[in-house]
Amino acid sequence: MRELLKKDLGRFSKNVGRRMLVGAGMTLACAFGCTVAAYAASSITGAGSTWVYPLVAKWSAAYQAKTGIQVNYQSIGSGGGIAQIKAGTVAFGASDMPLKPEELRAAGLIQFPTAVAGEDLVYNIPGINALQLVLSGPVVADIYLGKVKKWNDPEIAKLNPGVKLPSMYITVVHRSDGSGTTFTFCDYLSKVSPEWKEKVGESTSVAWPTGVGGKGNEGVASYVERIRGSIGYVEYAYIVENHLADARMMNRDGKIVAPSLKGFQDASAHVDWTKAQDFYVILPYQPGPDTWPIAGCTWQILRKNAPKASNLTVMKFFDWGFEHGQQMATSIAFGPLPPSTVNAIKAYWKSELGYGL
Amino acid sequence: MNDSDAVAQAGLRPASTVPEAPGRSWRLSGDFLFHQAAVLAASLAAAALFATVIAITIDSWTSIQVFGVWGFLKSSEWNPVTQTFGALPFIIGTLVSSAIALFFAVPVSFGIAVFIAEIAPSWIKKPIAGAVELLAGIPSIVYGMWGLLVFAPVFANMEPWISNTFGEIPGIGALFQGPPMGIGMLAAGIILAIMILPYISSIMRDVFLIVPSSLRESAYAMGCTTWEVAWHITLPYTRSAVIGGIFLGLGRALGETMAVTFVIGNSNMFSTSLLMPGATIPSVLANEFTEATTKLYVSSLIYLGLILIAITLVVRFLAVLLIRRLSRGEGAST
Repeated sequence: MRELLKKDLGRFSKNVGRRMLVGAGMTLACAFGCTVAAYAASSITGAGSTWVYPLVAKWSAAYQAKTGIQVNYQSIGSGGGIAQIKAGTVAFGASDMPLKPEELRAAGLIQFPTAVAGEDLVYNIPGINALQLVLSGPVVADIYLGKVKKWNDPEIAKLNPGVKLPSMYITVVHRSDGSGTTFTFCDYLSKVSPEWKEKVGESTSVAWPTGVGGKGNEGVASYVERIRGSIGYVEYAYIVENHLADARMMNRDGKIVAPSLKGFQDASAHVDWTKAQDFYVILPYQPGPDTWPIAGCTWQILRKNAPKASNLTVMKFFDWGFEHGQQMATSIAFGPLPPSTVNAIKAYWKSELGYGL
Repeated sequence: MNDSDAVAQAGLRPASTVPEAPGRSWRLSGDFLFHQAAVLAASLAAAALFATVIAITIDSWTSIQVFGVWGFLKSSEWNPVTQTFGALPFIIGTLVSSAIALFFAVPVSFGIAVFIAEIAPSWIKKPIAGAVELLAGIPSIVYGMWGLLVFAPVFANMEPWISNTFGEIPGIGALFQGPPMGIGMLAAGIILAIMILPYISSIMRDVFLIVPSSLRESAYAMGCTTWEVAWHITLPYTRSAVIGGIFLGLGRALGETMAVTFVIGNSNMFSTSLLMPGATIPSVLANEFTEATTKLYVSSLIYLGLILIAITLVVRFLAVLLIRRLSRGEGAST
């Protein structure tokens, strides 16, 4: 024990030393950063959604190389992002769940969409390959409600004529951490299943009627990989990267579609962003023959009474991203917003803030 | 001391070792400073604890007002959509996973300690002790990843055997039902057991080694076996320290976060089976804090933290009580 303690003490003091160094470094960096920010808006800070993090990171690196303006984005989660922008500690917050117009008014905030993305169901059924299985919204809702218990259930078999489904129990896998992915997924299920809407509803985390929870996309994916007969939902970007076996879905028009960027963009094209107040639009389950049913979006949030220079820097950054960052977005499976939406955002800035780009 | 004494002393010593005459102010103030610094250090630790508890209580006040104390403790509904929160599944999950951890870790620790203290030849003692203590140095996230990626698949293959063997036994059979997933309450308990093993076993070993050899040797001389010496001589002699070590391990198991989050399956639903997923207070905090958007939600999560502190305090209190009772018993019997 004495040796253990000694070791612990050694590690502890080393850790403390390191932490103090890091702390001192951070203080210095902050002091330096703040000074810089005060004199010229060459650095801005945002925080929030983990979902949009890869996109903002990619855009900000390219943007800094081009303009010298540094965008620091901390992916602390949507809840954290909303809290931080309300407190005014960051220049912009990002949330996967849009704030209701009245909540925005009350807090003196505005919001606009960034890019569209999608998610899909992945499964582990012996003998069934990627994109072989077809599912529909009501069936997925029944699986996640625990009503459809086996893979050879008539509800699933009806959608998959000619596919030999095993008589195997379904293990439902969901996210254990609060997530925009969960919000989008549950919002979709609420739209296709009245029972889901009534019993579970939609939020970044919900009271799941059944199943196991994995932490993050990687947690869900690894559970699905491990547990035979399991099903889970993950972001499309993650599916592409890791070559997971994903399902095709029946969309609102009754067509069977595979997930694709075009499908996500079609979902956003069927939404009239220009009419929705404060862009309060939720993307899942939009009509259109090629539309992917489980598409989602991330919103950026600004404070109306923030310094004009700070808001302008944020606006310029995202405007640059909308225009020049499309290639970067599609390379990581984010769908850029259509030009009509970008114009609507610019008009929204002007009318809400009283100044535009 | 008067002047003549000092002179006499100085005369007896070589010049270089002449001490500063007593009563010199720097010497007193050095002691004084040290005294003050020690008091400050001790009170800082206590102040930090109190400040934490007060801050946590203030932050959980919103939730305390809405759900009350008893209502929060006994409700098993945790639903962010309807904003109804209850702590029961997490309290039970925390206690059950820690109990499983103790169930496995205590006998194994006892075995390790007896082996090192009584059985092992001296050349192997150090490497084994070192290996066990190294377990304490592994970060918990590594245990989590290892548990999820390595242990869970292997365990999933063992689970059908577990449910076939124990699932039929009346009474406890319900504890071992369910699909073989490799993750769940039992898996989390086993990972926790590995994590707290070094804490319990190194305390046991250290106290076993200080048992007077006269006691042990007389027992051996009477013809006692190693088991009899360990059980009837060593263990009673070191009982209170051993219990202290077990509670140290328990305290660690109660608060473990990352490793548990990875392997427990994170389900807020109740299940009687240990093979089914569950959740603990630390795991639900780790999972849900980042995306908790409403004030009541955040407040309820902090409230859970307050309950965890209370559980830890109760456990400590019980440990002290148990040790007191045992030592009183010892006094009576000898």
